[in-house]
Amino acid sequence: MQLTAKHEEYWRKNLVYTAILLFIWFVVTFVEAWYARELNAFTFLGFPFGFYMSAQGSLAIYVVIIGVYAMLMRRLDLEYNVDEGDLE
Amino acid sequence: MSSQVFSHKTFNQSLKKYYSFYTGGFIAFVLVLAVAEQIGMSRAWIGYWFLFATIGLYAGIGIMARTAEVAEYYVAGRRVPAFFNGMATGADWMSAASFIGMAGTLFLGGFDGLAWVMGWTGGYCLVALFLAPYLRKFGQFTIPDFLAERYGGNIVRTIGIISAITCSFVYVVAQIYGVGLITSRFTGLEFGIGVFVGLSGILVCSMLGGMKAVTWTQVAQYIILIIAYMTPVVWLGTKHTGIPIPQFAYGYTLQKVGDLEKKITADPKEQEVRKIFADRAAAGRAALAAPDKSYAEGKAKVEKALADAKTANVPADQIAAAEKSVAAYPKDMAAAKAGWTRETGLAARAAPPRPHAEPFVGKDEAARNTARLNFIGIVFCMMFGTAALPHILMRYYTTPSVQQARVSVFWSLFFIFLLYFTAPCLAVLAKYDMYSNLVGSSFASLPAWAAAWAKVDPGLLNITDFNKDGIVQWAEVVIGGDLIVLATPEIAGLPYVVSGLVAAGGLAAALSTADGLLLTIANALSHDLYYKMIDPHASTTKRVTISKVLLVVVAIIAAYVTSLKPGDILFLVGAAFSLAASAFFPPLVMGVFWKRANKWGAIIGMAAGLAICVYYMVTRYPFFGINMPLWFGLSPVSAGMFGLPLGVITIFVVSLLTSPPSREVQELVEHVRYPQLTGDTMVSEAR
Repeated sequence: MQLTAKHEEYWRKNLVYTAILLFIWFVVTFVEAWYARELNAFTFLGFPFGFYMSAQGSLAIYVVIIGVYAMLMRRLDLEYNVDEGDLE
Repeated sequence: MSSQVFSHKTFNQSLKKYYSFYTGGFIAFVLVLAVAEQIGMSRAWIGYWFLFATIGLYAGIGIMARTAEVAEYYVAGRRVPAFFNGMATGADWMSAASFIGMAGTLFLGGFDGLAWVMGWTGGYCLVALFLAPYLRKFGQFTIPDFLAERYGGNIVRTIGIISAITCSFVYVVAQIYGVGLITSRFTGLEFGIGVFVGLSGILVCSMLGGMKAVTWTQVAQYIILIIAYMTPVVWLGTKHTGIPIPQFAYGYTLQKVGDLEKKITADPKEQEVRKIFADRAAAGRAALAAPDKSYAEGKAKVEKALADAKTANVPADQIAAAEKSVAAYPKDMAAAKAGWTRETGLAARAAPPRPHAEPFVGKDEAARNTARLNFIGIVFCMMFGTAALPHILMRYYTTPSVQQARVSVFWSLFFIFLLYFTAPCLAVLAKYDMYSNLVGSSFASLPAWAAAWAKVDPGLLNITDFNKDGIVQWAEVVIGGDLIVLATPEIAGLPYVVSGLVAAGGLAAALSTADGLLLTIANALSHDLYYKMIDPHASTTKRVTISKVLLVVVAIIAAYVTSLKPGDILFLVGAAFSLAASAFFPPLVMGVFWKRANKWGAIIGMAAGLAICVYYMVTRYPFFGINMPLWFGLSPVSAGMFGLPLGVITIFVVSLLTSPPSREVQELVEHVRYPQLTGDTMVSEAR
């Protein structure tokens, strides 16, 4: 079948969401770990900040990234009429 | 459609009711045992109750969920709600290593151990963004299914089957080892019998009901394991931080740990013990440098001491001691060299405690940078490996819809997060407790838990008074990582019933992971190899029956391999992740995101990724005895750092050099990209 322009647009938006969330993932993972020594100079809730991020902060952000993705895609599915109907 | 909406909703509600009852029942069971302990039930019986009650429960769920339907057997009928699939994935994911080993790794490794915590959680972002929704829309039964359909042909499927079986098998051996260890420790049963009892429980379950039974058992197992992990940590945390959610408050405990580390580093008694180790290591090195001379001199020295003792007319016990050291002197050069090598190893104990919160500890800038690179390497390989392990990806075939698959990844990581953000907290709390209560206590009156564990298992806890001052110095304590989780209930001063609960939790973690892995292996053999490649006309009954038989065969082989107690299990687990990342991740993700990726790109890309990964491990890991120099100082566990990029580049280049995939394949890619496509002619899912 031939995809419509709207379908192409849906996929492009999906790619944009994916790229942005992936960028955040990259920063809180690899940039954070690379500069962990420097980040440890700050203190947060009594923790050295680099330690806090690797032990807790980045993990919580991962959970949020996945939650936000599910929410955004739900909205996008409905907007572009490619959702599967209500199966919940 | 409306009746379907209705049934999913009621199904979800009754599940919530069942599992609430179940959780309440389990807590009541623990409380009854707690009372029984107070009125005199023995420790062995508490262990037996936990072992047989939980395994009986898992087998019972298997009997209730028995099935011979193909879709029920392989993908639980595709009606597992996101929330429950999340719990099941959590149990599937968290292995004996996570439950028992993780906190110990963090205790011993400090900051650098956090690479595992980050790697084993952040990988779910990749699952969510790149794989879960698309695999769910594809809607088949296994991961090789997707590769074969997308790239066409049996070569891709075969590479898929081999990779899936290799990484799952390596991983399942580690789980069965954990099962044997826990049951033998807490019930006194023999290792082999422990393996047998544990395995028979999960076999009844997965054999009767396949994915359906495994799913509902894994939900039950998650509930047990999270209660078991949290109870002692909350108790210990409240004792040291004053609030019942220690995860948020242990920053201040961490500061106190830092102060105590400085104190231990500067303490003259501690320095005295460390100097003993440094001297012994130096003596060992010197002896190894001139072995013949040292051997002769050492022998002459003990013999002379004996002769002197006899002529000098000293008390009998001194003569006996001198005789003993003559008898204990190494019989030949090989034994002597082994002894000296052991002595040089003591150099590690001559170092002051490692600062817990400090990243990338090393003697100079170059060593610190290598430590940082290896941290990144482990995070990288564990994340991409997570997103490529077939037993995890398979779980996202079981949700009712694409959107539910997306939400389900969220719940998966949420439930995993609960345990993984607790483990670093437990490590700090246990360290604080030991620095402040164990260090400085006298050998005559050690804390009760330390005395008990040092007696039971010197491999986990060894305390020896090297400088003979009768006081425990930190340098005199050797701790095995597994001690932290196993001994926490006693460190926190909880009754034995909580130790039994922790054992039941560890067992649940090991069994649930073993369940998922065995199912993956048996399905790869029965569905991908037998049904898709050997006999495509097999009836559904025959397919399910073959799958069940294979499950038992694989379990027996895995148990046999486990009984040989193969070497370094942690390395094997790490290797499984690197292999999965190199072989599976590039073709799976590029298959969805790049229409131009084709069959030859996938075949050569997977082969190249696997080849470089295996090559690097074999030529660098000490076990194989080749020991070529490391690239950039990167340890062989992180071989996926080379395998994955090479796989991506190879798929890219080879695909562009060969002809594009057919129109049908491109339509398949479009099909998986949209949850619902009007006018789409493709059959949406296998039933």
